Amino acid sequence: MADNLKVEELDQVVVRFSGDSGDGMQLAGNIFSTISATVGNGICTFPDYPADIRAPQGSLTGVSGFQVSIAADKAFTPGDKCDVLVAMNPAALKTQYKFCKPTSSIIIDVDSFKKADLEKAQFEATDAAGAIAEMGIKQDVIEVPVTSMVKDVLADSGMDPKAMLKCRNMLALGLVCYIFNRDLSIAEKFLREKFAKKPAIAENNIKVIHAGYDFGANTHASVSHTYNVVSKQTPAKKGRYMDINGNKATAYGLIAAAEKAGLRLYLGSYPITPATDVLHELSKHKSLGVTTVQCEDEIAGCASALGASFAGALGVTSTSGPGICLKSEAMNLAVIMELPLVVIDVQRGGPATGLPTKSEQTDLLQCLFGRNGETPMPVIAATSPADCFESAYAACKIALEHMTPVVFMSDAYIANGSEAFKLPNLAEYPAINPPYVPESLKGTWTPYMRDERDVRYWAVPGREGFAHILGGLEKDSKTGAISTNPENHDLMCRLRQSKIDKIQVPDVEVEGDKDDADLLIVGFGGTYGHLHAAMDEMRAAGKKVALAHFRYINPLPKNTAEVMKKYKKVVVAEQNLGQFAAFLRMKVDGFAPAQFNEVKGQPFVVSELVAAFNKLI
Amino acid sequence: MSEYTAKDYKKGQPRWCPGCGDHFFLASLHKAMAEIGVAPHNVAVISGIGCSSRLPHYMATYGMNTIHGRAAAIATGCKVSNPNLSVWQISGDGDGLAIGGNHFIHANRRNIDLKMILLNNRIYGLTKGQYSPTSPRGFVSKSSPYGTVEDPFRPAELCFGARGHFFARAVATDAEGTVNILKSAHAHKGAAVCEILQNCVIFNDGTHEAVYTKEGRAKNAIYLKHGEKMVFGENNEFGLVQEGFGVKVVTIGQDGYTMDDVLVHDAHCEDNTLQLKLAMMEYPVALGVIRDVEAPTYDDAVNAQIEEVKAAKKYHNFAELLETNDTWEVK
Repeated sequence: MADNLKVEELDQVVVRFSGDSGDGMQLAGNIFSTISATVGNGICTFPDYPADIRAPQGSLTGVSGFQVSIAADKAFTPGDKCDVLVAMNPAALKTQYKFCKPTSSIIIDVDSFKKADLEKAQFEATDAAGAIAEMGIKQDVIEVPVTSMVKDVLADSGMDPKAMLKCRNMLALGLVCYIFNRDLSIAEKFLREKFAKKPAIAENNIKVIHAGYDFGANTHASVSHTYNVVSKQTPAKKGRYMDINGNKATAYGLIAAAEKAGLRLYLGSYPITPATDVLHELSKHKSLGVTTVQCEDEIAGCASALGASFAGALGVTSTSGPGICLKSEAMNLAVIMELPLVVIDVQRGGPATGLPTKSEQTDLLQCLFGRNGETPMPVIAATSPADCFESAYAACKIALEHMTPVVFMSDAYIANGSEAFKLPNLAEYPAINPPYVPESLKGTWTPYMRDERDVRYWAVPGREGFAHILGGLEKDSKTGAISTNPENHDLMCRLRQSKIDKIQVPDVEVEGDKDDADLLIVGFGGTYGHLHAAMDEMRAAGKKVALAHFRYINPLPKNTAEVMKKYKKVVVAEQNLGQFAAFLRMKVDGFAPAQFNEVKGQPFVVSELVAAFNKLI
Repeated sequence: MSEYTAKDYKKGQPRWCPGCGDHFFLASLHKAMAEIGVAPHNVAVISGIGCSSRLPHYMATYGMNTIHGRAAAIATGCKVSNPNLSVWQISGDGDGLAIGGNHFIHANRRNIDLKMILLNNRIYGLTKGQYSPTSPRGFVSKSSPYGTVEDPFRPAELCFGARGHFFARAVATDAEGTVNILKSAHAHKGAAVCEILQNCVIFNDGTHEAVYTKEGRAKNAIYLKHGEKMVFGENNEFGLVQEGFGVKVVTIGQDGYTMDDVLVHDAHCEDNTLQLKLAMMEYPVALGVIRDVEAPTYDDAVNAQIEEVKAAKKYHNFAELLETNDTWEVK
């Protein structure tokens, strides 16, 4: 430990690891967040990948970042800016410096600031000092000879030089662990498990981490102070946790729901960024009976999932916005056939291919309305990485119990970002009871007979006495035969709508100054953390602010209109040009909110939110 | 003997035009189902859109009349997730090979146990008379008043190109030939394409004229049977022999050709070279089971892999899955 150094106690710190996309920054960041979570800190991570498959080494477009915020209590966001920036090469320093605060410490691998490296990042300077001067950097820069130290530490390991260089990230991680007073034993355990089959690699990495840590401890001159973020534990937080990102949590929610419903989980999918990890995750779990089919296209992904539902499975398809365009046809079919189907939309920047690795909320109206005909469909938007589990479970429950396709919306930010996830106990989750047609109806049953919720019954092929046909043509509400009768069609459109309207969803919760707020912030989906952090900051400054954040978009919670009309000033903040605001205006008579809209592909910046919201009060 | 009769599979009153090939095919399908004897509640008949895709409405089985071109994809999810069902896909040439062409080739490539019926009348009937992907070059239709300027797909070629393991052909008006191939398709484990040549009395009358009548077939078609000599003609006077890389029609007893020279049909031969040549002949038109080769099916493999992984892995429910992660405790 740092004996003579000042240890600064903080409530929240943010570290950003950055380097070439091959430098292992995501892994270093991941280990650091896991260590912090293990000691009880709140964590929130944000991986920032380049869109290029493999940009030229050392180039400005090839920089990969991983930001992690660790907090004494809950970490709502990965942080606007970082307290420590790790830049493994000049390109990283140049592109990531903008995330630094005036007080940040910057760690660079001075060995990778040679003339040739600097040229690749378009510096005029020929060494690290020159580069720092060229950028006008005033903050502390800790120049660490990462590459040469790694080579020294591993000199006797028998590794070839190329393999040695892959451990540079661990040296940086070791130093960061020193700065934040983190216990290396957790990192050791992590690496030994990750490389269980290659123990030599684990041990070499561990040696390098220690070298980085010791470098910090031995060179007080270059490290002015260290930080400690003490965990503030409350009884409510008690329990076992794991680190989870949104895509994994989504996959887990689907698995949990299928198990609860006693159904086979079928995923029909087609690879697309940033949703592919849902397919990857589910593909691993065949021992749970999960069936994944990587289809020939997005269309078949959705169509085959619907076929699986017809055959009695929980049919799911996963994609991002461009895939929703292609799936809309089969989603439509699911509406008229009234079969369960869960459609996962991990939103990215659009239109078309847009910004494949970046995050937006621009698919909302597409998910709500992007189909022909009257095609109401429940829409649920997950609010955080861990909430993807709850929301995916809820989406499955609604789909199965109300015999309807459901859109589950996530986004690139929560899909790739991670946070601590309390291990759920499935026994405590609500049962999922699909409306199987009762045996007593044999002989009198027709496919569009409905219960009091306007939900039709599910007759799974293989049951004798219930053979029937479904299809895309309008059916008679009583006989189930094809019908073009105008009155019948009007009735069927209303029944399909009424079925969705009758779905019970929880009231939207108002947080903060719910009784006397001067400003109500309204949001939906993945922006929850940022909007909450903005509210906290404003309240800390003495402002009266509340937040109503929506997970259930369609149907809207019953108290929506009441909440929207209760406050003097309402602002709807979203990462699009006003889609949720438009939907609320459509659903709440006379509602005229202020709007905060941004479509940058990046998470909101809390300080910008606060500045904009302050102007409204 | 099956406990079912054709009546057990019949439902409703078909609304196709009088004389449409779909009527003939439907009757053969009812008959074939009864002979196969799978219980109606264990059958799913899945179609896309088009005249022929109305067919599931006339089956007393489970069924779906879905969206244009997607029947194979929907049937795939159905079969993979519920392998006990006998799944039949009904498509026309537009539904199956134009808008659904991608799903057609991939279902064949994966070898999913689907009975893929392709009702080929070389025209779009429901939209009232546009050329289809099987219409011949120069075909005049409402959307090609000066004749098409594109070559058609030949379904067998597409099936074989997609590594299909079963291809059979029948003429809709030939009940016996149709029932035979449907039974063979059912007996084959895997994707089984049955091309049904049929007439559209309104928009493409006479398209398969050469083989549409019994007399025509006697002259212009050859019924292929595995293990039997490939002979045809009103008196079986013609035979198929190999010449160089090709197959040639000869008159047995003329030009030095004897019955010994006539090829024996081998539907089970893994190499599809000669089967493709047979399928592509314009004279005589090959009918019956042209290719029928055993291969692992996708649905079996998917489910077998699940069982293998279940045996190999130690976690089998959600609670056990959670335990595979690194966790920490907040006390």
